[in-house]
Amino acid sequence: MNTGDEMSVAALHMEPPVIRRVDVAAPATAVDIVARPEDIKIATDHVSISYGTRVAVRDVSLNVQDRSILALIGPSGSGKSTFLRCFNRMNDLIPGATVRGAVTLDGENVTDPDVSVVELRRRVGMVFQRPNPFPMSIFENVAYGPRRRGLNDKRALDELVETSLKRAALWDEVKDDLRRKSGLALSGGQQQRLCIARVLATDPEVILMDEPASALDPVSTLRIEELMRELREAYTIVIVTHNMQQAARVSDVTAFFTMAEDRAGYLVEVGPTGRIFTRPNERLTEDYISGRFG
Amino acid sequence: MTASAERASGRPPGPKPSLKGSAARGSILADRAATAVLWGTGVLVLAILGGIIVHFAVAAWGVVSPSFIVGDPSDTELGGILPVLWNSIYMLGLTMFIAVPVGILGGIYMAEYAGENRVTSAIRFAEEAISSVPSIVVGLFGLILFVDNFRWGFTALSGALALTFFNLPLMTRLAEQALRAVPQDERSASLALGATKWQTIRHVVLPLAIPGLITGVILTAGRVFGEAAVLLFTSGIGTPPHYDFTDFDLGNPASPWSPLRPATTLSVYIWKLNSEGLGVFKNQIVDGSAAILISMVLTFNLGARFLGRLLSRRLTAA
Repeated sequence: MNTGDEMSVAALHMEPPVIRRVDVAAPATAVDIVARPEDIKIATDHVSISYGTRVAVRDVSLNVQDRSILALIGPSGSGKSTFLRCFNRMNDLIPGATVRGAVTLDGENVTDPDVSVVELRRRVGMVFQRPNPFPMSIFENVAYGPRRRGLNDKRALDELVETSLKRAALWDEVKDDLRRKSGLALSGGQQQRLCIARVLATDPEVILMDEPASALDPVSTLRIEELMRELREAYTIVIVTHNMQQAARVSDVTAFFTMAEDRAGYLVEVGPTGRIFTRPNERLTEDYISGRFG
Repeated sequence: MTASAERASGRPPGPKPSLKGSAARGSILADRAATAVLWGTGVLVLAILGGIIVHFAVAAWGVVSPSFIVGDPSDTELGGILPVLWNSIYMLGLTMFIAVPVGILGGIYMAEYAGENRVTSAIRFAEEAISSVPSIVVGLFGLILFVDNFRWGFTALSGALALTFFNLPLMTRLAEQALRAVPQDERSASLALGATKWQTIRHVVLPLAIPGLITGVILTAGRVFGEAAVLLFTSGIGTPPHYDFTDFDLGNPASPWSPLRPATTLSVYIWKLNSEGLGVFKNQIVDGSAAILISMVLTFNLGARFLGRLLSRRLTAA
């Protein structure tokens, strides 16, 4: 694959990242982006994740700037999705999974046992790889989160469902049979936008997306990407993707993960997307984005 | 190199094999044989069910009439099976009232809360062991515990509890399986939206598990309708020819609503008539009762499926 030229074109068209790069020659795992502390929305500090005795992710430290998009790229098995799930503690659901190090949301450590995962997941929403709407009406899918939080006022729910669907760019396609049509009756791309609307209805601050477009056709994929660029105005987004053009098109910052010899995933480097795709610091990154491995 | 060239290069030169070649004949035959056997099995199952229904429909023709159900039972008249029919329905209600909620709660515990450890494997072992105990043994156990030790005597309550002993393991196991069959994705989606575990079970897992839970209810109910051995020793044989359905005094052993009265069910009645009945119309009554029993079972099964669909829609709507 030779997409180097495309990449730099894509990078040129992107808004300049609002991130200052400081230490170009930093060691591989170090963070080479430092934002003002008050602009950091989420961050990890020496995070390692293991399943039983197997280390899946080793010693990852990085910051995610508020209202920006971070893309996690890397070969299969490099721990990107596992790492993503430490932000909303979905790893808690896997028996034997342990997370070491600190994961902070607005400076507060979310791995603290006192933290309410319910509250955390309301602030940090998640969109999954396979669109997974509930087998309920479109309306009930979107109303699911707010209802669980105790919102039952009909007028307020109507309004919330409408704004959420509008933000997810799905309203015009579904407004006529909100209550009659099942979420499962939509096309794959519509289902994924419904899942995004469902997350938006819980009013999150951060949205995690685990390969949100990998099961979608190219047109639906582009719509999701456009949507992500719009959502970036109000939300912090972390996306795992296998599609490097996608990372180049949508993200502000890219983090490249790969697998060590013992199969543990680690962070090779992180930096502004334009630089990662044109002048990566690491040979491994360059090999990966130019298609020489992975 | 193109893909097709690569593929072709691996093959020795020579005439191309025909699509009608014989190389795959063996596997094609095996495929046809499997299709035929599976088809045949399905047809056999349907034929047995159809055969039973047709047999009793024919045998009961001319026997079953309104008076067969509500008439006055005597040795010279057909019918009057309303009291035993009522007892079957009553026992079903009483047993399901205990077994379904406890079974579903047990299933939720086993599927969603219990880990894989010695306690849960002991529970599973007990479930299987109790389910395979012959029902006559369960009946004897009920006789010793409820009838004698608790001094309840031969009562509907003794029978219903013995049936619960018999059915609870099955209901729990089927409920657990129904819940486990709900895809993990659905749970993740709900939890990731900030729902609690119980909210996830209540609003996502249970509604999706309803078809499986209904299967559990139907199988359990079928054993209540059909069970004679357990009830013989627990709810007894002894039913008055008439019930006064306006008598709601639960303490009165003559009230059809009281759990503390002997209650012969339709199955026990059929068994009793068939083994020791002497009346002129014995065989007709047995056939008629069997036809009624079968139609009750079918009605219950269809009704349960229908209610399950309604419930599923209700639960997911709000």
